[in-house]
Amino acid sequence: MTTSSESGEAPSAALRTEALEQLLTERGLIDSEIVDAFITNYETNVGPLNGAKVVAKAWTDPEYRRRLLADGTSAIKELGFGGPQGEHIVVVENTPTTHNVVVCTLCSCYPWPVLGLPPGWYKDPVYRARVVKEPRTVLSEMGLDLGDDVHITVRDSTSEVRWLVLPERPAGTEHLTEEELVPLVTRDAMVGVAKAAAA
Amino acid sequence: MEGIADMGGTSGWGPARPPRADEPVFAEPWQGRAAALTILATRVSGRNVDAFRHAQERLDRAAYLDEGYFGRWLNAAELMLTEGAVLAPGEIDARARALRGEHVENPPVSVSVPESARPDAGPPTSAIAAWRSAPGSLRTIDAAPAFAVGQRVRAQNISPPGHTRLPGYVRGHAGVVEVVQPAAVFPDTHAHFLGENPQHVYSVRFDSHELWGEGADSFAVTVDLFENYLETTS
Repeated sequence: MTTSSESGEAPSAALRTEALEQLLTERGLIDSEIVDAFITNYETNVGPLNGAKVVAKAWTDPEYRRRLLADGTSAIKELGFGGPQGEHIVVVENTPTTHNVVVCTLCSCYPWPVLGLPPGWYKDPVYRARVVKEPRTVLSEMGLDLGDDVHITVRDSTSEVRWLVLPERPAGTEHLTEEELVPLVTRDAMVGVAKAAAA
Repeated sequence: MEGIADMGGTSGWGPARPPRADEPVFAEPWQGRAAALTILATRVSGRNVDAFRHAQERLDRAAYLDEGYFGRWLNAAELMLTEGAVLAPGEIDARARALRGEHVENPPVSVSVPESARPDAGPPTSAIAAWRSAPGSLRTIDAAPAFAVGQRVRAQNISPPGHTRLPGYVRGHAGVVEVVQPAAVFPDTHAHFLGENPQHVYSVRFDSHELWGEGADSFAVTVDLFENYLETTS
């Protein structure tokens, strides 16, 4: 207990989170072990590695690729991925001349089962505000320069539909197996702010 | 409603930065706890995902922005819990001040947890499991879609006073239906406990010049719009 910290300053989010956890626990409404389990799950089990496995399979298995583009939710479920924020996943393909990039301008909707929780830049007002108005400029600022001949489609996730980008398979990877391709598939390529690159 | 959350097309945010490949899921430990607690709070206060988004939508600019994404979740959780009469107004602040050693008066806690405030809450250990297996938002409906793929439609130029998923930047603008998506619960009523009103959802493709004028770069935006938001074009 200190008195030096007493001030009119509002308590930090960290302190208010601790307060909230105490209050709900005391009322018997939550259990801190459940909170721990949620954190562990999204830090270790549910992340972009899931989506990378989906993409690598689509790159190496034409029949799976066809199913994935026709019915993303079912094809993704074949690999065991589904759950909250993934009720209906639509997969769109990027090619040398068409580029899809995903946003949620109203909050930060994101396909959790295949990509985990969204990264900082996806939740940033800069991205949410500008990518629907000047996508070519925003992508360039983020490090992806697209030629004027590339048709850009921005996917604004305003309903419960969740969008996943199937990036182009990088040139020079024809000899790699599905397992060897997985590490080349990045979160950013599956949202459409980067391309997958050969290692 | 109009609010800070409806960000599409707004200005003054500065440049975007290149993504960091090694970004942690939770940059600070409180963020993961705030995320889990917010999901639990939505449930124990008897709310749903649409009411959660509406709670975020009603935050003022500082509450929405100053402590980032998980800060706005935490603030929305507090709003749901006080409106659901699970916590008293000011209770979190008072406890947080007590945690840092201040001598504070606790706000009067006349609230218990009325059963009506948490109809589906169940025991605490099941809350996350229940969230994982919740029925979700998709519904099968008998009505045929009012609009067809390839049809030109217009997003209504309306300003719903409550929750809505009709972004300001498409209101009044015309586009073409690209995909008829599965029917889903209508957020505008569900957020206010006024019924599910499930209806078809359309991915509507808007040309950049229609949205942003002749000087805009050439591209397209698809927006996933509920049937109630759309009308035919003349």
